[in-house]
Amino acid sequence: MSFDDIKLLLTQKFGEDVITGEERTGMQPALLINPDYIVEVCMELRNNPKTYFDFLSCLTGMDYGVEAGRFGVVYHLSSIPYHLQLTLKISRENDRSEDNLPSFPSVSSVYRTADWHEREAYDLIGIFFEGHPDLRRILLPDDWEGYPLRKDYKTAEYYKGIKID
Amino acid sequence: MKTISKYNEALYRYQQKITNAAVEDMVLNMGPQHPSTHGVLRLELITDGEIVKEVIPHIGYLHRCFEKHAESLTYQQTIPFTDRMDYLASMNNSHAWVMGVEKMLGIDKDIPKRIEYIRVLVCELNRIASHLIAIGTYGIDIGAFTPFLWCFRDREHIMGMLEWASGSRMLYNYIWVGGLFYDLPVGFEERCREFVEYFKPKMVELNQLLTDNQIFISRTANVGVLPMDVAINYGCSGPVLRGSGLKYDLRRIDNYSVYPELEFDIPVGKGEMGTLGDCWDRYKVRVDEIEQSLRMVEQCLDRLQKELKRTPDFDPRAKLPRKLTPKAQDYYARCEGAKGELGFYFVHDNERSEIPFRAKARGPSYNNLSVLPELGKNVMIADLVAIIGSLDFVLGEVDR
Repeated sequence: MSFDDIKLLLTQKFGEDVITGEERTGMQPALLINPDYIVEVCMELRNNPKTYFDFLSCLTGMDYGVEAGRFGVVYHLSSIPYHLQLTLKISRENDRSEDNLPSFPSVSSVYRTADWHEREAYDLIGIFFEGHPDLRRILLPDDWEGYPLRKDYKTAEYYKGIKID
Repeated sequence: MKTISKYNEALYRYQQKITNAAVEDMVLNMGPQHPSTHGVLRLELITDGEIVKEVIPHIGYLHRCFEKHAESLTYQQTIPFTDRMDYLASMNNSHAWVMGVEKMLGIDKDIPKRIEYIRVLVCELNRIASHLIAIGTYGIDIGAFTPFLWCFRDREHIMGMLEWASGSRMLYNYIWVGGLFYDLPVGFEERCREFVEYFKPKMVELNQLLTDNQIFISRTANVGVLPMDVAINYGCSGPVLRGSGLKYDLRRIDNYSVYPELEFDIPVGKGEMGTLGDCWDRYKVRVDEIEQSLRMVEQCLDRLQKELKRTPDFDPRAKLPRKLTPKAQDYYARCEGAKGELGFYFVHDNERSEIPFRAKARGPSYNNLSVLPELGKNVMIADLVAIIGSLDFVLGEVDR
């Protein structure tokens, strides 16, 4: 099944507003999905006998920089029976404040592997996933302040009153 | 404690769970310094007597900010950092990274065949070394001490050879974008062939000692059964997924590098000693993969000694690009590491820059480990040790 077939399949199932755009310039074309639909889209792509995207290879949290003011999540799906690969992208604008994290629906109900990947994205980039069963920090200590992979992250000078050299 | 918001509610819920569990059951800490956790993994076990009711893994003790470093270093400078991810199979890591960068630069077709064969040769040698550690330490987890010593004795030959080629025992920095650090040293091919001849009977001995050992089978068969659909859903790959019976190997699926020219089979678990997808199956897949890797090593040596023989004017650095400036794009490169699907996701936004905007590493161990809470439900503590060993993760890659 080609990239266009997948696109057609999704628009037929969920309507035109599910796909907000596409990127075809690179070697791996990507579909830009409306963030509100991402769980349904993943569920459909996983269960549809024509696609069977049953393997979530990678989930990446993205900070598109201070000027862009956008955060996003990139999903790399792979279909074991058909040997296909597909990239899905969702993104939202955000004001980068600590009290208002960018928020996306969690796909951990579709792919259990997303559980830890989403915890990592929350930990390092500060993306909140709605409906995640256990969204705690995973790589950094629970009391860490800030999100280190954000582009405007300032290295902490003190950790619990201890000066960091 | 800070006020509860939706951002720290999960942390609060977790702390409540541990507090409540400490009243009725016992909360046991396994690790981070426990030898059977294969590194600095800490497992919080909620136990009822000998039965583990729940496993809560805590990782991050070895976090070295790989992705943060990669955002401030050039593609070439990051290669030594990739070596430190899965430090038992460093060659495979740098191979994956380098292939991704070459693909983005569009020079992946220009790499001379000799270089590709040398890369595959060292990768497969490194895969053997990594699986030897997995097998040896698995034996010691279960209580068999001898296989551990035997495996390390044989691994030492590989370490010696790779040190000879790259100058380093574990963290090689040998595979470079567009080429290699150096050509193989003179006499390497002969020494390698000697090792293959030496090693084959040793594998037979190892199988007699461990694989067919009745005590070992009793400890591992029917323990930690991982059904195929669960393995796929948890993103397991490599020997863990193949142990569940799925013939899925990226070396065959993606046909990258010179793997299409090599003959090898993909071993899968068959449930010979118990249920399909149990610890013994995962262990056996690794043993069989060593044999397949040996086959590949022999084929590489054949080619390297005959049609791709070393010539005095051969320079493995001849094709090194002056500037590593790919076009603005994003690319997900994946390859079969020793532990499973090793992926790097590059986002490059500036054509004049040599530094990625974002680089994400998808470590196979990270995903293989995430299945542990599922496998570790309602098992004996001793079985949990067997399950951990059969997953064969490296904490350097889990934490990156």
